[in-house]
Amino acid sequence: MTETVLEEKKVDEKWEPKIIAFLCNWCSYAGADLAGVSRIQYPPNIRIVRVPCSGRVNPYFILKSLTDGWDGVVVSGCHPGDCHYISGNLVARRRFAILKELLEFFGIEPGRVNFMWASAAEGERFATLVKKATKIVKELGPNTKFQKEW
Amino acid sequence: MGIETENKEIENSIRDVAKKLFNENQVDVVIGYSQGTVPLSSTPIIIRKEEDVDKLVWNNLCYINLARYLAPSMPQLCDSEGNPLRIGIVAKGCVGRAINLLAVEKQVNLDNIKMIGINCNGNVNRSKIDMEIGEKEILDVTISGNDIIVKGKDWEKKFPYEKYINELCKVCQIKSPSATAEVCFGECQELESVHDEFTDIADFESKSTVEKWAYIKDTLEICTLCYSCRQACPMCYCNLCFVDQNAPIWFNKTNQFTDILVFHLVRAMHLAGRCVECGACSSVCPVGIDLNFINRKLEKIVKERFDFTAGLNAETLPPMMDFKMEDEEEFMLEED
Repeated sequence: MTETVLEEKKVDEKWEPKIIAFLCNWCSYAGADLAGVSRIQYPPNIRIVRVPCSGRVNPYFILKSLTDGWDGVVVSGCHPGDCHYISGNLVARRRFAILKELLEFFGIEPGRVNFMWASAAEGERFATLVKKATKIVKELGPNTKFQKEW
Repeated sequence: MGIETENKEIENSIRDVAKKLFNENQVDVVIGYSQGTVPLSSTPIIIRKEEDVDKLVWNNLCYINLARYLAPSMPQLCDSEGNPLRIGIVAKGCVGRAINLLAVEKQVNLDNIKMIGINCNGNVNRSKIDMEIGEKEILDVTISGNDIIVKGKDWEKKFPYEKYINELCKVCQIKSPSATAEVCFGECQELESVHDEFTDIADFESKSTVEKWAYIKDTLEICTLCYSCRQACPMCYCNLCFVDQNAPIWFNKTNQFTDILVFHLVRAMHLAGRCVECGACSSVCPVGIDLNFINRKLEKIVKERFDFTAGLNAETLPPMMDFKMEDEEEFMLEED
């Protein structure tokens, strides 16, 4: 029995979260690109999905990602006022505010879903925020609440 | 004054206003409540002639939100050429709120609608009574004095109204529709804002994540995904609901808790800032899930963040259709 417990612990230490990131085409995706070409290190845990605007990110996407087994979700867009489509991120912000409060109300760790702003010039900021998000999700552990039972 | 006399008064006022509307040729049909075919229920009815007005009733089992019949438009409520009829509708506070919100969302034309406003005295929590009676068959339900008397084959049980009133009706502050006198006949008021403490929700929020999750899991686990809550909701009028969409499939229709959870989360997201707190969803739930506490939470978020109460007038945009540059964003991830 002790062996299995040790085994599990070993797995735990090695465990790395898988995080899906929805990045807007105009700011955050370019920001991630800049972080890359500037050789700024950020955790390899995020897998990027490019979306036209953060306003394109439907709460369905986030919930579907969680049910599909992702441990965390990151949504990033242009800073308020900088949206390529003028107000997409402002519409999205209200949606995210409600989703985040609802998740908390349902007893799901709100840290699984993270929202951030990062412009195309902020490669450094993008890397820092991704590091922070990864740290939060890593502390929360694997996503078990959305796990299927069979 | 007992609940019985109150009901009688409301019923009489509904019939009087309906008769007046027909007499003055202001409406073609009246939608209201009639005696239910099964005990502990009432049935919606569409009245087309003045003679039938006496079929309209009011009792404390009128939990259906009649605004459900306005959007999307039904063939029964259109003339032979497909133009909408002029509709009179029995409106308690929450029906009035739903109509206002449907008007903001351009689903109904207020020119065609006359509300028959009443001062609602609340609804009975049907599932609570059902739960206590168990599997015995109910044959008759009467309301006398302040009690609801439920009769079966050789038994009879008294339920005091104050104890069995719907939780939402207890905290309800919009008992009669908030509308102008041109739209609303009978009881109506013009409300600017309402003050709600949300003490019940604040209690739940103060619990730990583990406790919250345990409660949610316990409550929602019995959901069978029958979508009765969607069918009864006056604000659920999408042509293609996300649950019926099969490309892409947003959640699987299984008895997995994940799928139930996603359904309820998305249902809540869709009703954020739009829920009118009528409690119809909870009343029609076949397994007796109390969805009201989720709806109340939505109401609380919108009230605190955007200072908005759904359906107080037919002009203000609901928060999810609107945005402001200076919205709060304390939840966004920031650098330390």
